[in-house]
Amino acid sequence: MSTEYEMTIGIECHVQLATKSKLFSAADNDARDKEPNAVVSPIDFGLPGMLPVLNREAVDLAIRAGKALSAEIARVSRFDRKHYFYPDLPKGYQTTQMYQPIILAGFVDAPCEDGSTVHVRIHHAHMEEDAGKLTHYADYSLVDLNRAGTPLIEIVSEPDIHSAAEAKAYAMELYRLMTYAGVTHGDLYHGNMRFDVNISVAPKGATELGKRAEVKNLNSFRSVEKAAEFEFKRQVELLEKGERVVQETRGWDDAKQKTFSQRSKEDAQDYRYMPDADIPPIVLTDEEIQSIQAVVPMLPSDYRTAWQNLALDSSVINKLLSRQIYAVIMYDVQQEAGDASAIRVANWLASTIKSDDDEAGDLNIKAETEDLIVLAAMTEANELSSTNAKAVFNELIRGGKNPRQIAEANNMLQVSDEGEIAAIVDEVLSDPESQKAVEDIRSGNDKAIGYLVGQIMKKSAGKANPGLAQKLIREKLT
Amino acid sequence: MATISDYIGKSARANVEQALERARQHESHHAFLAYTENRALERADRVDAGEISGPLAGVPFVVKDNYLTFGAPTTAASKILEPFQAPLQATVIEKLEAAGAICVGKTNLDAFAHGGSTENSAYGPTKNAVDESKVAGGSSGGSAVATALDIVPFALGSDTGGSIRQPASFNGVIGVKPTYGMTSRYGVVAMASSTDVMGCFTHTAEDAELVLSVMAGKDARDMTTLEDYFTPATSAPQSLRIGLISDFMTDDVDADVREVTSIYADSLRAAGHTVENVNIPSAKYTLAMYYIIVPAEISSNLARYDGIRYGKRSSEAKSLEEVYGKSRDEGFVTENKRRIMIGSFVLSSGFFDAYYQKAQKARTLLINEFNALFEKYDILLCPVSPTPAFGFGENTADPIKMYLSDAMTVAASLAGIPAMSVPAGTSKDGLPIGVQLMAQRKQDALLLSLAKSMEGKS
Repeated sequence: MSTEYEMTIGIECHVQLATKSKLFSAADNDARDKEPNAVVSPIDFGLPGMLPVLNREAVDLAIRAGKALSAEIARVSRFDRKHYFYPDLPKGYQTTQMYQPIILAGFVDAPCEDGSTVHVRIHHAHMEEDAGKLTHYADYSLVDLNRAGTPLIEIVSEPDIHSAAEAKAYAMELYRLMTYAGVTHGDLYHGNMRFDVNISVAPKGATELGKRAEVKNLNSFRSVEKAAEFEFKRQVELLEKGERVVQETRGWDDAKQKTFSQRSKEDAQDYRYMPDADIPPIVLTDEEIQSIQAVVPMLPSDYRTAWQNLALDSSVINKLLSRQIYAVIMYDVQQEAGDASAIRVANWLASTIKSDDDEAGDLNIKAETEDLIVLAAMTEANELSSTNAKAVFNELIRGGKNPRQIAEANNMLQVSDEGEIAAIVDEVLSDPESQKAVEDIRSGNDKAIGYLVGQIMKKSAGKANPGLAQKLIREKLT
Repeated sequence: MATISDYIGKSARANVEQALERARQHESHHAFLAYTENRALERADRVDAGEISGPLAGVPFVVKDNYLTFGAPTTAASKILEPFQAPLQATVIEKLEAAGAICVGKTNLDAFAHGGSTENSAYGPTKNAVDESKVAGGSSGGSAVATALDIVPFALGSDTGGSIRQPASFNGVIGVKPTYGMTSRYGVVAMASSTDVMGCFTHTAEDAELVLSVMAGKDARDMTTLEDYFTPATSAPQSLRIGLISDFMTDDVDADVREVTSIYADSLRAAGHTVENVNIPSAKYTLAMYYIIVPAEISSNLARYDGIRYGKRSSEAKSLEEVYGKSRDEGFVTENKRRIMIGSFVLSSGFFDAYYQKAQKARTLLINEFNALFEKYDILLCPVSPTPAFGFGENTADPIKMYLSDAMTVAASLAGIPAMSVPAGTSKDGLPIGVQLMAQRKQDALLLSLAKSMEGKS
């Protein structure tokens, strides 16, 4: 009898904060498309005699993140120094929060693709600075410190995740929480969110966890999922062969879809953590925390609650929540025009958004809520066929204005004038090619009516109201 | 000895030229690592032309070579920073320049301010102003000697555990370590972030008041600075309650030093103050606390000198590890390495609680004891150093012996309270001996006004 195995996953997520300047200097925090070492202050450069000046905006964003994580904010938190030598670390230490982090225990409820929800407890989240970047060449390496000093929060989960799908769901929900709360720009391509996934495997029901491997620096939801899947298989194979899983740090090879060993625990460094005496403690009052958290907009769970009664498919909801802008549009339509209009807009949006994960790319929605409401109403009133409604929608999201004008300009408005449609019905019924269908209907084969309606739509260039056409056909044939 | 007022209203160029001439006459003392002659003369001409004015217009000064300045390299008396030209200046230098003062040179120190004799300078020791066979004290030895030799009316030093007060005592000048946070640390090569304080050497307490009132104040670039509270007192303090710390008057302390301190206590009484013996129970542990906490911070603050971005990179290095290892080996002096190793040890996993955390707890006890004392006393009095200036090489073989000379100064550093060394007498051999005055946090003005009122009375 073969053993069944279960995996246990804890995730550390680094989130780059959307501040204007760096964590401890006034240097520009946006390193994208900049020349190497273009946004580096003497502080980030680790010049002698330089002292950190804490960026209050970063503290505010961390406090927002705390709300998104349903976490308590520490009234007193402090910075510490983590020491190691590497050319991308200018001061010889990383300023982080080892002993008293700003964000205390919290939780994330992440909806999975199968409709279930995984409840992941957050151990804590702390603020820290990013390091620079090295580029290696044949016999030398170059240092770019543009990213050095960029503010991050590191969100540390409890090991509450037990499948690759849950890991992906958690990562996606974190992304939604952090982008909705305005904590990060969420540019995954530029590493705005990076995941370190700790995975261990043990026989089902075992009381002790297995040795864990940490797969570092994953920057997409898919790679989180794939790395967890791969590690599960790899570790189970080792255990089945009677071998041991080594506690180690592993990397992810996206091309080969494999993890690979980077360094084992024996090489683990002693970081010699110590309090950073250059930075006074962050002391926060209840009032400060409340006023900062008051500006956090609706979070994914708020939208889920608002849409609970719309009977939307879970895949539609996940697509709508994949970017805050979709959720906001959808919610505004619901508030202003009611559930029926919201459902129409939801389905249009969902059919336009390719996927609910990072592969989708950003859909740049330019539509005005008011125009979408008008479009929904026109569709409701049978002024547009569903095909034409979607066509108008596509115009609107590309920046088109005034759905009625768009429909008129493209000759899309449905004809609901009985006389006008009756004339077309007569024309179709008298067409010799329609005779077989006419006879079928008369002999009780009602399916043939679809063919006749199709002919009417064709003759009217899609403008005839199909419901009305059907009604008139029946009247004339009985 | 010329005080600041002797320079005010004179030709700034003449002041600067005179300072540089005197500095060159005293080169055998090796107080200087560099002169900032060109920049000084240029600034002097601008003062004389009326382009720069202020309370210190045309007054020459010198600065310990761990302050980032224009006009000369900033080396911290180390080889690892030998080629380093600062692209910006320390906040306090900027403030003094804005007040019209003119920096004429960079003075010698123990490399990275690690030491109490200036013997740890990578460029050779500084000789005592009074007796060239004795050490200057340290780590701000060059600045103390330059002041004592009347080269300039004031000089800047940094004090982490006594590095201003002890050389001031050894050379017979005033040396002030203000309250932690009164002066900005921005732009000064960091030694220990929690005890580094920028202060000055002068001939009179009044000059120290003037210089410190320019230096003091909140600096947006140093989060640990305090809102400016420093206003020199306008009248002499009356009937102060003064505690003489008996823990620092034991037989371990040189008899001449004790005698000078006792005489100073008597003259305080004669001036209408009360002086009583007091105890600091944690006093005997302060050296142990200091030599755990400070090396820990040193090991961290010196991690940036890695040969990658600036300063010395070993020409022997063939790998990244060698760039670090060889550059730091060649660039640091023995005492730097010793402190980095002590600091790395006390911070290492498994020892952090036993050493660093325990030392920090003891430090809190010490602060509580000072707070209790300052409920009853306005000022505390004790010697600065257990001995007058010692001979070259006398303490270098035994680092513990060298550390013991800091025994009386580190307490004020750990507590962050203001303390100063006031010239009070001489040893039988004619070496200067200072006494140390301490006050509660932010009571710098009281400290200086007492010292001022006692000038010429002891």
